[in-house]
Amino acid sequence: MYSKDGENYFIVDAHIALWDARAENCRNIHGKQFIDCFYDYHRNLSPESELWPYDDYTYYGGERLMKDLFEDGYVDHAIFQPAHLGDFYHTGFGQTEEAWALTQRHPDKLTYNHNFDPRNEQAGLDRLRADAERFGLKGVKLYTAEWHGSSRGYKLTDPWTYRYLEACQELGITNVHIHKGPTIRPLDRDSFDVADVDAVATDFTDLNFVVEHVGLPRLEDFCWIATQEPNVHGGLAVAMPFIHTRPKYFAQILGELLYWIGEDRIQFSSDYALWTPKWLIEKFVDFQIPEDMTEYAPLTTSVKKKILGLNAARMYDLKVPAELALPETAVGAGR
Amino acid sequence: MTTAVESVLTAALSTVRDPELDESIVDLGFVTATSFAAGRVEVRLRLPTYFCAPNFAYLMVADAYDAVFALEGVDEVSVVLEDHFAAAEINAGVASGSGFVGSFPGEAGAELNDLRVTFQRKAHTACLERACGRLLKDGWTIEGLSDARLSDLPDTPERTSLLNRRADIGLPLDDDAPVFVGDDGRPVAAEDIPMRLRFARTVRVSVDGNAHFCRGLLTTRYPHAAADQRPREHEPEASR
Repeated sequence: MYSKDGENYFIVDAHIALWDARAENCRNIHGKQFIDCFYDYHRNLSPESELWPYDDYTYYGGERLMKDLFEDGYVDHAIFQPAHLGDFYHTGFGQTEEAWALTQRHPDKLTYNHNFDPRNEQAGLDRLRADAERFGLKGVKLYTAEWHGSSRGYKLTDPWTYRYLEACQELGITNVHIHKGPTIRPLDRDSFDVADVDAVATDFTDLNFVVEHVGLPRLEDFCWIATQEPNVHGGLAVAMPFIHTRPKYFAQILGELLYWIGEDRIQFSSDYALWTPKWLIEKFVDFQIPEDMTEYAPLTTSVKKKILGLNAARMYDLKVPAELALPETAVGAGR
Repeated sequence: MTTAVESVLTAALSTVRDPELDESIVDLGFVTATSFAAGRVEVRLRLPTYFCAPNFAYLMVADAYDAVFALEGVDEVSVVLEDHFAAAEINAGVASGSGFVGSFPGEAGAELNDLRVTFQRKAHTACLERACGRLLKDGWTIEGLSDARLSDLPDTPERTSLLNRRADIGLPLDDDAPVFVGDDGRPVAAEDIPMRLRFARTVRVSVDGNAHFCRGLLTTRYPHAAADQRPREHEPEASR
């Protein structure tokens, strides 16, 4: 919980990771380059006081995660969204066993989402069923630009992806988080295009599709499809830290999102450990649309409460203390 | 010191744009070095991340190759993309004229013409929004924009950019051509303009935002790159 000026905010960090990108876990140069790219994101968009040394960044462990999120970071509940990246890292990028053990120790604070890759075909589908049972999955994280042997990515509209999504329906895995990346098969197509999200959102109306990074770098395509598909949501991973480096641009992103998809389908996340939640939450609660940007409505406290936690809490059936909830009519009114 | 040859090479490379950011690769600081000796030109390029999309990277390398090769007195060109996961395939593919499909056998289904056109249209939409913003400031109403002709646009950078983007996608450039047209060149009806303009703003916010992010990442990755970047032409005050 975060409190400021007499208001209390229930905080859900909807996208966190427990990764291991130390040299000994890198399978090849791509693993090293991947974490270096993350570290550049971190260095480019963090306030100087929040910068981590490189060696802390490659691996930080569960204890540090608990401290950064729940002791220092005001977070009430956080959701693991692990990327596998098995072609880059020996034990994968997201550390499944470590994150799951931590979740079991703190079930009130953590939710573990897992991932699948439709290119694993039937074996992966069997695995998904086993994972759903083991982890009690409510959600999965899909990285469509993941490298897999000779393939540099896949689409949600691939026939095998449909079979996996049908399994999600059957298994009660209702929340599908989608992370677009720079590669996809075939390579000549725009890999950030969200048209495939549009297609699956239409065909699987009982699943929620959370597009991470609110579709960036294709904010416009994301807004366009999310306006038409009520089960498409936006995760603010990567967009959040612009609040520090480019507050005007952050205001524009948020203004566009609120205009097109409304206040009930936007979720806060720090993308930990890309960034830490403490400073993002503090700045967000203080944030206001600049006065000269008259094209956007000012942010209300209720909008901030929804984005910072109530929207994700609703999607994940998290128990929100009554004093932190909004009056019944306000939450989900836009659904 | 800038020599005459360097100026010519820089001018040629300035015509090459990053399709996603709608900006010259020179202004973005992507060109690190050029050299010329005995009819042979070498150009070195860098990008904000190791994982920048290979299709856009390929377009920039290929366009740089073509822009320099077209210069008088140039017999041989080498464009070298550095520090990128697909640098070997892209550099070799462009050098041998293999095309995108030939450079990524089995991974690419087609050449990049469609991708290029998609982003030229986005760039046009963003420029259209900026040009309309200028007209609105001058007292035009949103619905009234359906009557605006190219001759109504004051002689500003917004006008120049819009005309260039129109030329890219084959839209008419004559003075009495309507300003507010769709990608197909058809004028947009007055009642549809508010929504179309609203969406055009989202496109412009997206393109500008990506440009800021990529510019910033380049300077994080290569600390000296800031000195090579020039202000963004679409919003000169906001680039740094």
